[in-house]
Amino acid sequence: MATIAPAVKTRATPVFSIADPAIKFLSDFFEWFGDLGIFFWHVIRAAVTPPYEWRELIRQLDEVGSKSLPLVALAGAAVGVVISLEARYSLSRFGAKSMFPATLVYSVIQVMGPIITGLVVSGRVGAGIGAELASMKVTEQIDAIEASAINPYRLLAATRILACILMLPLLTIAADVSGLLTGWFAQALVEPLSFHQFIESGFHGATFNAFLPPTFKTAVYGLIIGLIACFQGMRTRGGAEGVGRAATNSVVIGSLFLILADVVLVKFILVVFP
Amino acid sequence: MVTATDIPSQQPKLEAEDRASAVAVENVHKSFGVNKVLNGISLHVGRGETLAVLGRSGTGKSVLLRLIIGLSQPDSGSVSVFGEDLAGLSIDKLSAIRKKMGFLFQHAALYDSLTVAENVAFPLQHHRSEMSKSERRQRAAELLAEVGMDGSLDKMPSDISGGMQKRVGLARALALDPEILLLDEPTAGLDPISSREIDNLILKLQREHQMASIVVTHDLLSAKIIASRLALLDKGNVVIEGNFEDLEHSDIAFVQQFLKQS
Repeated sequence: MATIAPAVKTRATPVFSIADPAIKFLSDFFEWFGDLGIFFWHVIRAAVTPPYEWRELIRQLDEVGSKSLPLVALAGAAVGVVISLEARYSLSRFGAKSMFPATLVYSVIQVMGPIITGLVVSGRVGAGIGAELASMKVTEQIDAIEASAINPYRLLAATRILACILMLPLLTIAADVSGLLTGWFAQALVEPLSFHQFIESGFHGATFNAFLPPTFKTAVYGLIIGLIACFQGMRTRGGAEGVGRAATNSVVIGSLFLILADVVLVKFILVVFP
Repeated sequence: MVTATDIPSQQPKLEAEDRASAVAVENVHKSFGVNKVLNGISLHVGRGETLAVLGRSGTGKSVLLRLIIGLSQPDSGSVSVFGEDLAGLSIDKLSAIRKKMGFLFQHAALYDSLTVAENVAFPLQHHRSEMSKSERRQRAAELLAEVGMDGSLDKMPSDISGGMQKRVGLARALALDPEILLLDEPTAGLDPISSREIDNLILKLQREHQMASIVVTHDLLSAKIIASRLALLDKGNVVIEGNFEDLEHSDIAFVQQFLKQS
């Protein structure tokens, strides 16, 4: 007669530990930064050694600069109007309406112009670079470039990052000008204020130190936007889903790092250019 | 139905001394995570010789090609091209070796923002700076004519068929007059007529250019037509290496199963 073997009682071992996801997250986090550092090193080495990809750089300057100009100018214009409306209301409450031109000038040039330009470019250019390079990666076009004895870090990454670094300050100036014009115009519609009077009052007592560092700090934004987008694009895996993820991550991580960098840069500028 | 065994091999057999190694793969291991793809594989390809690498999907055939052109690095073992071990080579030296190699990717990997002619001229633009734009276009036109694509210079890759893309990819691979040609599934996804056209084209190019070639393929008939030697891979290693007759007369069960199913 067949007998049924008694069930062996074993102590249940936990299949899933609470610490595992945390360890994996930390491991992925540090691995990501490590990979980013290696990627940046490859890009720097490729960028400083000949041959230089002038033709591709010029194409990217156009792609990042000229094609972002309308969007950046529009964003700057909107910000100028918003600051104008808010500032007039707030300053009126405290009886400081005479401070309006300076408030607008300093708000636009020191604070809003740079960050708005950075975020707009991060959205437009970061997503574009991330998706373009990711698409090239998953269709083996980047491998084909490398197989043709062409350094993809030089051709694809260095040119795009350099274009972002060079174009961000210029785009910021465009956003600033646009914001000041619309801000003045919004004020002039309510109360007569000549443009000459607005500029003279707004920039009264101002030094280059007040405006140049906030404008040129956006070169760092350009580095962040270009670097993150190229890095995300060139390490993509997994077809169309991977391309979408690279584009999204380029914008999200780029924008986040940009805001964090702004915190550091503002403090740095206040210390170095008091 | 025509099978691989009905068609005689069109490649001359090479003597051992002709095989002065263009490519030498020695005891190479390669894993991706826990997935062991190549398991101590060794292969040699001589100048003017064509080796067809056969095997089931996932046996590491394409990985082998990527190792040979330096797009991936082996976990252990060595890959040498013209006697130079690729491990630890500087970027400049690796580039110099890559200029001697042409690579046809499985899906052609044409640059989708460039025209057909620009795709072929792309390596020339970067490595033949002495050539003017018109000279590069002229050379691209010649190469495209060689692969039967002379009427498609200004078309975009998305406007041509898969077989035509393979031809353009082949023309691009030939742009720098390579001494080694690496072909990853040149007939995959093509109809039988297009496949034989590609085979005949490869055969013609090999005869004219006298290159060492490594062809990764599932297509046994194609391998028989274009290769002077075949290597059958299974579980990351070579099961058998020789000419087509050697495979036919092998008593290894896997070889017979592969021949029957192909």
